[in-house]
Amino acid sequence: MIKLSIDDLPVEVPNGTTVLEAARRINIHIPTLCAYQELNHFPGACRVCLVECDRSRSLVASCVFPVAEGMKIWTHTERVRKARRAVVEFLLSDHPDDCQLCQKNGACELQAIAEQVGVRKIRVNRSDLSRHQIDSSSEALRRDPAKCIYCLRCVAVCAQVQGVNLLTPAGRGFDARVVPALGLDLADSNCTYCGQCAVVCPTGAIVEKDDTERVWAALADPQKHVIVQEAPAVRAQLGEEFGMDPGSLVTGQMIAALRRLGFDQVFDTNFAADLTIMEEGHELLQRVKQNGVLPMMTSCCPGWIKFVEHFYPSLIPNLSTCKSPQQMFGAIAKTYYAQIAGVDPKDIFVVSIMPCTAKKYEAARPEMCDSGFRDVDVVITTRELGRMIRGAGLDFVSLPDEDYDPPMGQYSGAGTIFGATGGVMEAALRTAYAVVTGKTMPNLDIQQVRGLAGVKEAALEVGKLGQVRVAVAHGLANARKLMDRVIAGTTDYHFIEIMACPGGCVGGGGQPLPASEEKLRLRAEALYRDDALVQKVRESHMNPAILALYEHFLREPLGYRSHGLLHTKYTERGE
Amino acid sequence: MERVEESSGAEFSAQQWQDVDGIIDQHRGQPGALIPVLEEVQAVTGYLPAVVQRRVARGLGLPLSRVYGVVTFYSFFTMKPRGRHQIRICTGTACHVRGAQRNVNQLKTSLGIEIGECTDDREFGLETVRCLGACGLAPVLVIDQDTHRQVKKEQLPQILRQYQGAAEVSEG
Ligand code: SF4
Ligand code: SF4
Ligand code: SF4
Ligand code: FES
Repeated sequence: MIKLSIDDLPVEVPNGTTVLEAARRINIHIPTLCAYQELNHFPGACRVCLVECDRSRSLVASCVFPVAEGMKIWTHTERVRKARRAVVEFLLSDHPDDCQLCQKNGACELQAIAEQVGVRKIRVNRSDLSRHQIDSSSEALRRDPAKCIYCLRCVAVCAQVQGVNLLTPAGRGFDARVVPALGLDLADSNCTYCGQCAVVCPTGAIVEKDDTERVWAALADPQKHVIVQEAPAVRAQLGEEFGMDPGSLVTGQMIAALRRLGFDQVFDTNFAADLTIMEEGHELLQRVKQNGVLPMMTSCCPGWIKFVEHFYPSLIPNLSTCKSPQQMFGAIAKTYYAQIAGVDPKDIFVVSIMPCTAKKYEAARPEMCDSGFRDVDVVITTRELGRMIRGAGLDFVSLPDEDYDPPMGQYSGAGTIFGATGGVMEAALRTAYAVVTGKTMPNLDIQQVRGLAGVKEAALEVGKLGQVRVAVAHGLANARKLMDRVIAGTTDYHFIEIMACPGGCVGGGGQPLPASEEKLRLRAEALYRDDALVQKVRESHMNPAILALYEHFLREPLGYRSHGLLHTKYTERGE
Repeated sequence: MERVEESSGAEFSAQQWQDVDGIIDQHRGQPGALIPVLEEVQAVTGYLPAVVQRRVARGLGLPLSRVYGVVTFYSFFTMKPRGRHQIRICTGTACHVRGAQRNVNQLKTSLGIEIGECTDDREFGLETVRCLGACGLAPVLVIDQDTHRQVKKEQLPQILRQYQGAAEVSEG
């Protein structure tokens, strides 16, 4: 252990601890900007965390400076405060000054730091920012390099967590910036649109594409019958947009808010998640019985799908042909629902609320129009819905609980856990077990596939099928490890679930900010609570609305209509 | 960041590609191989366009972003073809004061290219450089190994003509 003093207070920490960390132990919070604890990312780039040290003539960056025996540190002397302010002034001098117009306004860490260190004027010349170009080439994300402060968090998350390695610092000096490889626009690159870079970016340099105006326009159009679906994870995230505790389950208030915004029908993606399980579960059984391509891999996550299309094209035949719940919802809404509601499908406008940026891209994929129309018209993220609710002046926290509309709002507990890593697997196994044995699984909670371990495995006896071996991974870097093993032929799984984002969709690119692993855990717990305590039906094949859909419209899983509406194919895209 | 044009790589001969692959093979698996590989490859291909960067990345098993990051960091790597005659204009303070910018503009118009580019026939390439340390001779420009001193924009067509092969240079 090392003994030192910080602001004349004694502190004892293990060797190798940084000054920043040591200060935190005694509740002194030195301001930081480039550092990102969750990624263990301390590039020492921004110099906001400067402190005075008796061992050094110049100020030191506390986030990378290790403690030493007897060292004396001062964190807010006159000298320190002046230097910090100068550092932030310098950052601001090379940054746009129209915060009011920025999508990150109010959630920006650069704003917060400027406030914390008390910048009131900028004494250096502002640089010309016209050298930068906005990249709005993709449906999912918008890059505004003029707002980049070069913290390299996005580079770290894209490489270490996602294994995509697309973003990189490039150039040097005045020309230095962070860009996709070859300076490509995102739409021309192998970006998966997972949005994890937007989650960690402290400023407005990478943000979700804001589509809220398109939703407002549809709501204002009397000709349109506007229906909305919300992904499982949204009900476990949305409360945070309004200051509620992480892990608050706000299903009823979310539904009330959506009604007040003016949606004609408030349905639920969870309904379509149950539908996905019916199709995907039967597809798995068919592949196992008929010696089809195994392991079968889930296809709910568009980030994962694009990742396979770019990096593992040889595994495309392993992907389930099932569309994601979002897209199944759209295809059913503009056919079956149009029919039973007596609405012309051309007037139906489907809005999705997703924890996800990649879903924006998925809805825009050219093949996603099997209903004869664009199946899903607009996708907005949890953050964007938060913006709309605030824009409408609704006091979310005091809204009463309301219930979804039938029939496409009804869902089972199996549908709701899709939002957490392992949830699709658990839901599928519940139904596969029942289809094969005719009985409900003795214990519906499959603990082995829950939780935040990067790769999880389980083996389950499923009646006459024998042992079914499964694996689950989240975060594309973990998926990569698993896929390399599949390609090497060293695995014998039947079924693999992959979610691109850490923790699954609860940690999606559209989640409320700031993110943390603790929040992932709490949000997942909320979904498991919804499954175990709130929903009466916990298996997809027991959802009465799903049974009615098959009886009156689809007839049978993998049937003729299902093939036309609910299944899809994939495209090899090159690295 | 300058955007790299994607091309098929047809401009390089089979022999050039073979040499490139040979260089990659020689260094594969060595730590720190990237920079020497890029140097040797650039000596073969003349410059490092997207196709070449992709080939190096795949060959060494490195992310393309790593290769691109290194190529843009070191000024001796170039992603644009260089001309047979490379024109380097000093834009240091002394040259700037004495009208270097006029020369830059004149050359851009008469060659029809931007800084960092070269003419379609690859005859001339144009770049600006920081102070060449010849401030007494400002404004200075260097073509290949020759230093041209106190250059006025009216003299430029004349100067270019000395280097010109078949290529036409319009007098703008
Ligand atoms: S969206 Fe995901 S894959 Fe694309 S650049 Fe960001 S982190 Fe990388
Ligand atoms: S884009 Fe955002 S996360 Fe990436 S380096 Fe710039 S400021 Fe940091
Ligand atoms: S894990 Fe969920 S939030 Fe993340 S990309 Fe996939 S579908 Fe979107
Ligand atoms: S937080 Fe320490 S250098 Fe950025």
